[in-house]
Amino acid sequence: MRGIHKRFPGVHALKDVELELHSGECLALLGENGAGKSTLIKMLGGAHLPDEGVIELNGSPVRINGPQDALAAGLAVIYQEFNLVPGLSARENIFLGREPSRICILPAKREREMARELFDRLGSDIDPATLCLNLTVAEQQIVEIAKALATDARILIMDEPSASLSPREVEGLFKVIEGLKASGIGIIYISHRLDEIFTVADRVTFLRDGAHVATRPIGELTREAMIELMVGRSIDEEYPKEVAEIGDVRLACKGMNRGAKVKNVDLSVRSGEILGLTGLVGSGRTETARILFGADKPESGKITLDGKELSLRNPREAIASGICLLTEDRKAQGLVLGQTILENFGLPNLKSFSRYNWIDRARERSAMVEHGKKLQIKMTGPDQVAATLSGGNQQKVVLAKWLERNAEVLIFDEPTRGIDVGAKYEIYQLMNRLASKGTAILMISSELPEVLGMSDRIVVMHEGEVKGEIIDVPNATQQDIMKIAVG
Amino acid sequence: MNSNWKKLLSEYGTILVLLLLGAGFSFVTMEEQWPSDDDAAQTLVANLANTHGKGSNALVLVRQGGNGESFAHVLTTELKAAGLNVLDTAVTQPIGARKALVAIAESDTHLTVIAADRHMANFCKEQLPKLTSKYPSLGKAKVYTPSSYKWPNFLKKANLLNIMKQISVVAIIAIGMTMIIITAGIDLSVGSLIAFSGVVTALAIQSVGGDSPTTTHLLIGIATGILACGLIGMFTGGMVTMFGIPAFIVTLGVMFVARGMSFILAESSPIPVQNSGFGWLGRGEGFLGLPNSVLLMLFLFALAHLLMTRTTIGRYIYAVGGNPEAARLSGVPVKWVLVFVYTLCGLLAGLGGVMEASLHITGDPKAGNMLELQVIAAVVVGGTSLAGGQGRIFGTLIGALIIGVIRNGMNLTGVEAHMQSVVYGIVILIAVLVDQLKSKVR
Repeated sequence: MRGIHKRFPGVHALKDVELELHSGECLALLGENGAGKSTLIKMLGGAHLPDEGVIELNGSPVRINGPQDALAAGLAVIYQEFNLVPGLSARENIFLGREPSRICILPAKREREMARELFDRLGSDIDPATLCLNLTVAEQQIVEIAKALATDARILIMDEPSASLSPREVEGLFKVIEGLKASGIGIIYISHRLDEIFTVADRVTFLRDGAHVATRPIGELTREAMIELMVGRSIDEEYPKEVAEIGDVRLACKGMNRGAKVKNVDLSVRSGEILGLTGLVGSGRTETARILFGADKPESGKITLDGKELSLRNPREAIASGICLLTEDRKAQGLVLGQTILENFGLPNLKSFSRYNWIDRARERSAMVEHGKKLQIKMTGPDQVAATLSGGNQQKVVLAKWLERNAEVLIFDEPTRGIDVGAKYEIYQLMNRLASKGTAILMISSELPEVLGMSDRIVVMHEGEVKGEIIDVPNATQQDIMKIAVG
Repeated sequence: MNSNWKKLLSEYGTILVLLLLGAGFSFVTMEEQWPSDDDAAQTLVANLANTHGKGSNALVLVRQGGNGESFAHVLTTELKAAGLNVLDTAVTQPIGARKALVAIAESDTHLTVIAADRHMANFCKEQLPKLTSKYPSLGKAKVYTPSSYKWPNFLKKANLLNIMKQISVVAIIAIGMTMIIITAGIDLSVGSLIAFSGVVTALAIQSVGGDSPTTTHLLIGIATGILACGLIGMFTGGMVTMFGIPAFIVTLGVMFVARGMSFILAESSPIPVQNSGFGWLGRGEGFLGLPNSVLLMLFLFALAHLLMTRTTIGRYIYAVGGNPEAARLSGVPVKWVLVFVYTLCGLLAGLGGVMEASLHITGDPKAGNMLELQVIAAVVVGGTSLAGGQGRIFGTLIGALIIGVIRNGMNLTGVEAHMQSVVYGIVILIAVLVDQLKSKVR
């Protein structure tokens, strides 16, 4: 790709971007949110056309006018949100829209064989007849890759493929990528997790504010250099941990049970403390948090706040007693995307902004603007629609609504997923500030460096049970956590 | 600039459609108008008093029917006030007019002024020359009639009020329907609730007031009818929230039950209300000459607008429609919000039923048949998205007006009923199409 420009109304999204991918290599694309990565890959997937510049394939220019053109050119994009039909089997999803037999004579058998071949090639033992809704996220990803390979894709573009995978699954993904590279397929890999880039990428292209900053072989880069190239300034420390004064136990649960995901869980978090809760995806962390927040009911067990027993019937009661949850999935659970920032911000706070249910809109707005300044939310104003914000800013809006409530116990579920380095740093600083004011923080995260970098204490879960606790965090390693996490 | 235009169009596009429709129907219903109201009578007398001094003899000739009586009465009073001598006031047919003229001619008085309406002016133009040849004393009489002007039938005040009156029931129920559709639900039972409310109201009035119910009895009956529908709405909301049954199914069931119950309770025949005071809401006129039903409609729309934009419950309704899970996790009492909107819609359907019954002074089990579809159409045409989370109360008022204007305009231009149905369908399809295009632009 050379000299690519793309303008949207009011935004010059890509300015003279260059990108070069060799066959059999993995090129990482790095940049903060809003740097133009998505626009660039959407162009390769046929969702946008460049305003200027050319895309060349094996030396000859191609015009990608739609998803069909992209497929025909051997380009396949695997987006963060998978394009799988949950109610169809793995096989049917792979061949959806391009069934190999036109006459429909026993295509299923042929398809099944082909699907199995593809899965073998990817080193996976998925049964092609399994419905997609019964597959794990990692398996669904394999199906997506198989789907791409079935079209004889020569270039594979993966947008945050590891975002919802557990560390072990990520390793599996890397093996698959190695295999694909060996067979001459070029891969563009987008991720915010810098550690992964070192493992998987051969070269790295950096984008910043829609412009091409640099392309370097991985051997020439250090972690610090990467961050500097991405954000354009150096961040001294990735995890600005400050230890606050740790007080009494605020929120605790004992012997809590719910189905197979939460088994006899004991937890406690003290004021001023950041408790890291980690484990593999599916180990029951989110489910535990939902119970503590009143979103789901425990089958048995006791939840206490400051030693007093709580029986939470719904999130409303949890919020009223000062427990707030930043959900793992901002778009589906954290925000009403179609509404404005102000309306989202006001939602849990309307009681304090209203008298006899009549909203004092000026007061609500000024409170929002103040939080916007404090959290450095990049927005055109409180009336901007939440859906149009970048991930980091959406997370900040969710934070703002809980901060306004003066949350005393904050549960962060994957607080920095899909958020760029700069915004991550700001969120860590905010956690420090909150902890120093005595807020009890429960941080759920799959990113082990983050857990190690920010927690005062770490609890590790495995298949619904608490398997271990790490108290001496500064001297702990990722291996220590993984040993407990795998059971 | 471009995006500003787009925004303007998407926010006020429906108003534009309404204005275009109004302009179109005004154009095709443009006609010569012959005024015969009080104002016309006063102007006419003022004009003729300039040329004819006090004491001149005058005759008032007006055709029987319409507002002829009152026109003649005003003319007479005004002429007398101007000092003219009114010999006779004839509100009559052409034969009567001839007799009145002949009587004056034979009494040998000097007639100088004939104040007539359009029909009698035509009559005089044809007949006066003939009569003059027989009675020369009529020769000096001059005919005055209010001057005509061009004005569309569609834009007459009476017609516009009529449109508002016709849509008032649908529009009021559409307030509740808008809220339900914003929560991504639907209520098919409102048409049947209109009948149910009317029948229950009429029966309640009958049972407390017997054959001569007083106003108190009327009020008790009305409250019973509205509250009964409110309870049914609450039941619907309960079924939707507690058992998670889709609103479409629950309200479909309620629709049949309520319709059937209306017929059973009414024993299949309309129940009259034995006090014409019951017609106050449906037929009466109030402030500024606006019908009571229209005033009530405007009042409720203003109230609902404030509810949706300025209160916590309004915010909750939008949030529940936009993303129920996020709303719940933000502490919104989602179930209560849903029960609230279904109850409110039930109450409004009950009110609509009372208005419909009031219009006919009868509780009719057949009332409101298929009206739920008109209500939904008004909401959808008004720009509320069936996907939930988006919509405006005043959009619904405009939607109802658009539908009312189309119906009225087609009646004025003589489009037959089946064709009208085709046009409604097309209008709804266009509205949904625009909704889709709008979400694409976003």
